Amino acid sequence: MDFFGLFNRRAQSKNVAKDRLKLVLVHDRVNCSADVLEMLKNDILKVMARYMDIDSEELDVQITQTMSDKNEKVPMLIANIPFKNVKPPRAARSLNE
Amino acid sequence: MGEVIVITSGKGGVGKTTTSANLGCALASCEKSVVLIDADIGLRNLDVVMGLENRIVYDLIDVIEGNCRLKQALIKDKRYSNLYLLPAAQTKDKNAVTPEQMLKLCESLKEEYDYIIIDCPAGIEQGFKNAIAGADRAVVVTTPEVSAVRDADRIIGLLEASGLKNPLLILNRIRPDMVKRGDMMTIEDVTEILAVDILGVVPDDESIVISTNRGEPASMDKNSLAGQAYRNICRRILGDDVPLMDLTISDGIFAKFKKLFGGKNKA
Repeated sequence: MDFFGLFNRRAQSKNVAKDRLKLVLVHDRVNCSADVLEMLKNDILKVMARYMDIDSEELDVQITQTMSDKNEKVPMLIANIPFKNVKPPRAARSLNE
Repeated sequence: MGEVIVITSGKGGVGKTTTSANLGCALASCEKSVVLIDADIGLRNLDVVMGLENRIVYDLIDVIEGNCRLKQALIKDKRYSNLYLLPAAQTKDKNAVTPEQMLKLCESLKEEYDYIIIDCPAGIEQGFKNAIAGADRAVVVTTPEVSAVRDADRIIGLLEASGLKNPLLILNRIRPDMVKRGDMMTIEDVTEILAVDILGVVPDDESIVISTNRGEPASMDKNSLAGQAYRNICRRILGDDVPLMDLTISDGIFAKFKKLFGGKNKA
């Protein structure tokens, strides 16, 4: 009896396929490997750490797609960086120093 | 002056050879002179799909190396007198040919025949580069699966980088029952992801297996649904405006009843 299955429909698998494909193609198209993204993530962390206290575990960097002003799909880098607090001015160190 | 069309996909096993054979036959049945080139050197298969495997004397490499004249290597089809096959060599590898040589071959075939259909090998290496070198137009075959669509995207990028702009898509092996219950990507899903125009859709059809067993392309079989799909694609290549085959299925009363009582739909 499959009656209760009606109330518990799993996500249509074609939508799962579509979402996974979209994500993987964004990476394929910009030709950005996981290694490069990891290096970028670490460098961003280093710079940010000069100004604020960051929990590196919480950092989320990913490549997605957005529409440009010309209505073309362009890749976009999104970084979600939650921080605990901004360092006092004296503790902050610019790269120029 | 004829036109050279390369049939490509990136991923193997999505139906490039079947598509090449069926389009070749369909174009020939529309009174066009056609040469099918098997560019999959070392792994030739277009000859068996066409049922011409017993007639091979010379092959593509023989022509390129000058062991025979081009006309000697062209095998005349059993069914259509205006359809020819240039088979791949089975004992050489892909590096035995250069893109320049393929281009020259295509140029000379174009002078005499209306359509040159090139069956491209899977992959993105030398064999692919050879197959697309002389092409005027590219057709990308894919199935509605993540791996095939991903590879198709890569191939579209490579084709455009090589100057073959606006490749057209054939979506192969669609299963209307799976599309209907949301377990297979639709034509719209795939064209949206790949951002290309669609040339045709071909349903998953047993008649393809049967016709391939016999070496008689399905497009010659009036009762084959896939054969009809290929004949439609052929007409679009010739410039006719043919609507895409309607592959949606509607619920019959019995199916609705079964659903109502929680019966499982068997594919």
